[in-house]
This record gives sequence, C-alpha cells and structure tokens, in this order.
Amino acid sequence: MSLLNQTGSVIAMNVRSIPQRLWMSLATVGSIALVVAVLLGFLALANGFNQTLKGSGAPDVAIALRDGSAAELNSVISREQIDLLGQGPGVRAGPDGRPLISAELVLIVDGIKKSTDTKANMPLRGIGSNGLLVRPQAKITQGRMFTPGSNEIVVGAGLLREFSGFELGKTLRFGAQTWKVVGVFEAPGTVFESELWADAPVIQSLFKRGSTFQTARVGLTSPAAMPAFVKYVKDEQRLQLKAQSEQTYFADQAERSGLLIKYFGWPLGIIMAIGALAGALNTMYASVSSRAAEIATLRVIGFSGFSAFVGTMVEALVLSALGALVGVAICSVGFNGLSASTLGAGFTQVAFRLQIGPDIISQAVTLALIIGLIGGIFPGLRASRQRPLLALAT
Amino acid sequence: MSALIQLKNVKKTYKRGKESITIFDGLNLTIEQGDFVAIMGPSGSGKTTLLNLLGGTDRSDSGEINFDGERIDGYNEGQLAGWRARSVGFIFQFYNLMPVLNAAQNVELPLMLTKLSAGKRRANVETALKIVGLWDRAKHRPKELSGGQQQRVAIARAIVSDPKFLLCDEPTGDLDRNTANDILGTLQQLNQEMGKTIVMVTHDPEAARFAKRTLHLDKGVFAEVTQ
Ligand SMILES: Nc1ncnc2c1ncn2[C@@H]1O[C@H](COP(=O)(O)OP(=O)(O)O)[C@@H](O)[C@H]1O
Ligand SMILES: [Mg+2]
Repeated sequence: MSLLNQTGSVIAMNVRSIPQRLWMSLATVGSIALVVAVLLGFLALANGFNQTLKGSGAPDVAIALRDGSAAELNSVISREQIDLLGQGPGVRAGPDGRPLISAELVLIVDGIKKSTDTKANMPLRGIGSNGLLVRPQAKITQGRMFTPGSNEIVVGAGLLREFSGFELGKTLRFGAQTWKVVGVFEAPGTVFESELWADAPVIQSLFKRGSTFQTARVGLTSPAAMPAFVKYVKDEQRLQLKAQSEQTYFADQAERSGLLIKYFGWPLGIIMAIGALAGALNTMYASVSSRAAEIATLRVIGFSGFSAFVGTMVEALVLSALGALVGVAICSVGFNGLSASTLGAGFTQVAFRLQIGPDIISQAVTLALIIGLIGGIFPGLRASRQRPLLALAT
Repeated sequence: MSALIQLKNVKKTYKRGKESITIFDGLNLTIEQGDFVAIMGPSGSGKTTLLNLLGGTDRSDSGEINFDGERIDGYNEGQLAGWRARSVGFIFQFYNLMPVLNAAQNVELPLMLTKLSAGKRRANVETALKIVGLWDRAKHRPKELSGGQQQRVAIARAIVSDPKFLLCDEPTGDLDRNTANDILGTLQQLNQEMGKTIVMVTHDPEAARFAKRTLHLDKGVFAEVTQ
C-alpha cells in the first residue's frame, strides 16, 4: 500500500514536471511520432499491397501457366491445351454449356503516371466472354464492355486513378493500331483494377500471337475440387502445364513483393528508432539531473530508489506513448486509404490503397514503447542510485 | 532525561580517488530527549557529515549509533529509509520543496510512506500546516510563497508524521533576520511545547541562542560552548 502510494506520488511528480522540460519533451514526442509514422506508412503500404493481391484470387478458379513460368507474362498456352484443360475433373460449365475457361493473354503497354509524370508499364489483357465470369468482383461502372472483334478497350478504375490518358472516350495508340476507351470497370481490392482489357482474338491478331494464349483461368465447381484438378493437370502428359488456385498464385506474389516493402520499412524504422532513442535518453537524463535535488530530498524523507526508477520509467513511457499516439494519428488522417501504385508481378504497375490495421498499429506502437522503455531504463537506474545525502539535497 | 541519540566512537572517512579524508575519528555524542542543540563550526569541519550520520542518510565506517534504544548503524538502506520516515524530520537550508506540488501536497509526502488513509492524511496535513500558521496557503505552489513561508511548509512536512527528532541544516541560512527569528521561534516552540528533540547546524550565533546548548565542531572534535 505504502509502496503503491509512494510510487504513485513520484510518478505524478515526474509526469507533472514534464512541462518544465517542455521543448525537450516535445522533441522526444515528435521524433518518436516520426518513427511511428514512417514505419506505419511502410507497413500500411505492404499491408494494402498484400490485401490487394490476396483479394485478387478466387479459391474456386484455377490458373494454368506453362510449367516453369512463375508469372503470366512468360507463359504460353495453345488452343489444344485449353481444350484438354476443359476435360479435367470438377470443371464448371459456363452459360453456353461448355467448360468455363477464360483463355487470356497479357501484353505490356506504356502509360504516364500522374504523380511523377513518368512512363510506366501497364498490363493490357485480352479476355473473352468468360473473362468476367471468372471475375465476379469485376463490374462495368461507366460506359460499356468492349464489343468482340473491335479495337475497343475498357480500363480499370485503379489504373485511371494513377495514370493519365485513359479516360472514357479517349483514343489510344498501342502498336500500329488505335484503340478507343469505351468503358471503366471496377474490381475493388484486386490487381485487375490496374489493367486494361480488350478482346483476346483482336489482340492475338494485332500483336501477331497466332492462336496462342498465355494463361487459362478455369472455373471449378467448388474450392474442394481444386486438388483433383491440380493433380489432373500435373499428371496429364500432353499438357506440360502447371495449375494452382488463383488464390495461391496471388498469395505467393503478395508474399514476395510485400516482403520487399516490409523489409525496406523495418530497417528504416529501426534506424530512425535508434535516433529517437538517443533523443529520448538525452531527455530522460536531463530530467533526472534536473530533478537530482528533488530525488535526493525524497530519498532523505524515506522514499525508495525503486520509486525514483519507476517515476523516470513512467515519464519516458508517457512521452513515447504520446509520440505513438501522434504518429498513429498522422498516419490515420494522412495516409490511410491513400492510393498508391508500385511494381507488381511481371514489372507492371499495381494500384492499391494504403491500409492501416490494428496489427500494424500495434507493431508500430510496440516499437515506440520499446524506445520509451530503453530510454527510461538507464536514466531510471541513475535516478534510483541517487544517494539520500543532505549535502546533495541542498 | 534519557538519551535519544548516542554516537559511540564513530569513525567516518571519505574517499576521494586514492586519498581518504578522515572527518571523525572516535566521535562521541549524546543527545537527550527534548534537547535543542545548535552545532556551529567553520566550513568543512564536518557539520553536514554529522547530520548525515545522525539522520541515517550516510553510514559510519565504525562505531555505534543508537537511537531510542535501536542500533541504526547496522541497518541496510531499506531499513534506514524506513527508520528515517518514522523517526526523523529534515529541514533544509533551501527548503527543498517539490515545485510541482502545492503546500498541502508537499506536506503530505512523508505520509505517503505510511499506511494512513487519504482522509487521515488530509487531517494530519491540516494539523501540521496550522501549527506553522500556513493552512490558508495550503493550495499555493512553492513559487507563490516567500522564503519564510516555504521554510514553514518544509517544517510542516518535517513534523507531519510526528517524528521525535528534527534535523536542520542551516534552516535560516537563506532568510533575513526577522524571518529567521520567526522560523527559529517556531522551532523553539516545537521543542518546548511538543517535546521535539532538535539538532540544528548554523553559522549564525544569534540563531544558536534559540537552542538550549551549542556545540562547537572543529576538525571533527566537539567543544561545548553554552549549556
Ligand atoms: N561525499 C563526500 N565525498 C568526499 N568528501 C566529502 C563528502 N562530503 C563532504 N566531504 C568533505 O568532508 C569535509 C566535511 O564536509 P561537511 O561535513 O560538508 O562540512 P561542513 O558542513 O561543516 O561545511 C569537507 O572537507 C568536505 O569536502
Ligand atoms: Mg554543510
């Protein structure tokens, strides 16, 4: 009881004395806020990117690529292989009664990124009528779908946000041909929103692809049908393809690209944290020395060294918690939901939104509290070793 | 009269690097219950060192220190802190009040080391502040009080847990003559009416006149001046 009382009194005195070191304390709060904001920014970037890639894949759609190709861009699939895929187990029938397979090809075209006014690569995907059926999230929200056989194009809403020149009604030039933008589609939270779509046969002929495709998306009756279908593709000697669930395909890509952002964010966050820690230690040592006479007086009166330690510790933690609060607030107001784009798989741009969630907030706050903890321990130990000498107390 | 505090053959040296300076070599001193002792002496003669030994804020190298029948020289840090909280009130030259606390909160500090309830603590703070005549300033911060008022708050803090023994290091060293006399009058009153045993270090011969006797300390040895 008396230990609680005395520690409580010392904590209250420490915290109430913060305004006496206002500028130093504010600098500490500010530097910790900066660390939290930067780390949180990177984590939100990785988080949003991950969520977008993960959200792109359906569990009941198999994606087939040439065996050995990791991404759609360097895969080749023939008409015959596609027919063979349709004979696999668990393949759903489309509205026309035939197997629901979307044979697609992806090309890279140039666009101008709004934020930097620089050229960037973006995917132009050729799809058929099944393309929308294997992507139930995708909806035309402005204009209309392209007419099969024509040089018409629809543009993803995410791409429209980040790149200029693709607005509805615009005429574009890819290769030797001009194209007209006739519609905008949304596929919220997926990579497809960062794509341009056109009719697959038109692309095959204009870009001289003969009758080959690059990927096939196969609609299955249920996610449970996936393993049997994957095994069928693996065992069928005539195919030489590899199938996996679209969900797994994007999750793998998310992991690779997401880790990159994360592993850039953490080292930067930690380097900044070391800087903030130096500031916190400096502030707390200043606090202890400015209160040396007070601490000595309390020790003379009979207060324990432990209470001096805890008081200093709590002061440091209060400053770091304030810093964390400010950092999280800055990020929530400033970054959350902000749209961004970066290189995704196959060197094309993926547009996504920064996403702050409880898990990444707790990671950033933990880093802030670790700064406070270490920034409080050593000054706290110095405070606790303050001798209760009368001479020092005067 | 019985002895409240007794130093027997106390030795105290300070180490400064490789050198060691002997401050006391076989010091003996007895202070009776209810005494008011002034200690004078040139600067560097060991007055503060003596107060630290009497108040259990520093340790002797050898010898015995008895307080009210307890041997305190063998106490560890924690036991000494507990003993100080129970038995000694300290009054400093520069008051040493906590600037962020008001007068009442400053006075309450020693009670935070006791098991008293908040209500009982408030009552004791009121009593102590009334004794020094500053109850009307209970809500004032130290910087809103004059030097003499601050020292009164410090006296209230020293007596609030009702210790038998008060130790004062130059309690009027920072005050003008009239204010100093007021403070000394209060100490004298605490000694005469409440039976507090007081040891006071001072440079000021007039201040010493408020005490019952004066000890002169020179090079670690006492010479009694007045009885
Ligand atoms: N903590 C310490 N370490 C080393 N020497 C000290 C310490 N405290 C006091 N001294 C020395 O001991 C001597 C007596 O000091 P002190 O008791 O403060 O004298 P006074 O209070 O009479 O002026 C002085 O020479 C002083 O320098
Ligand atoms: Mg002195």
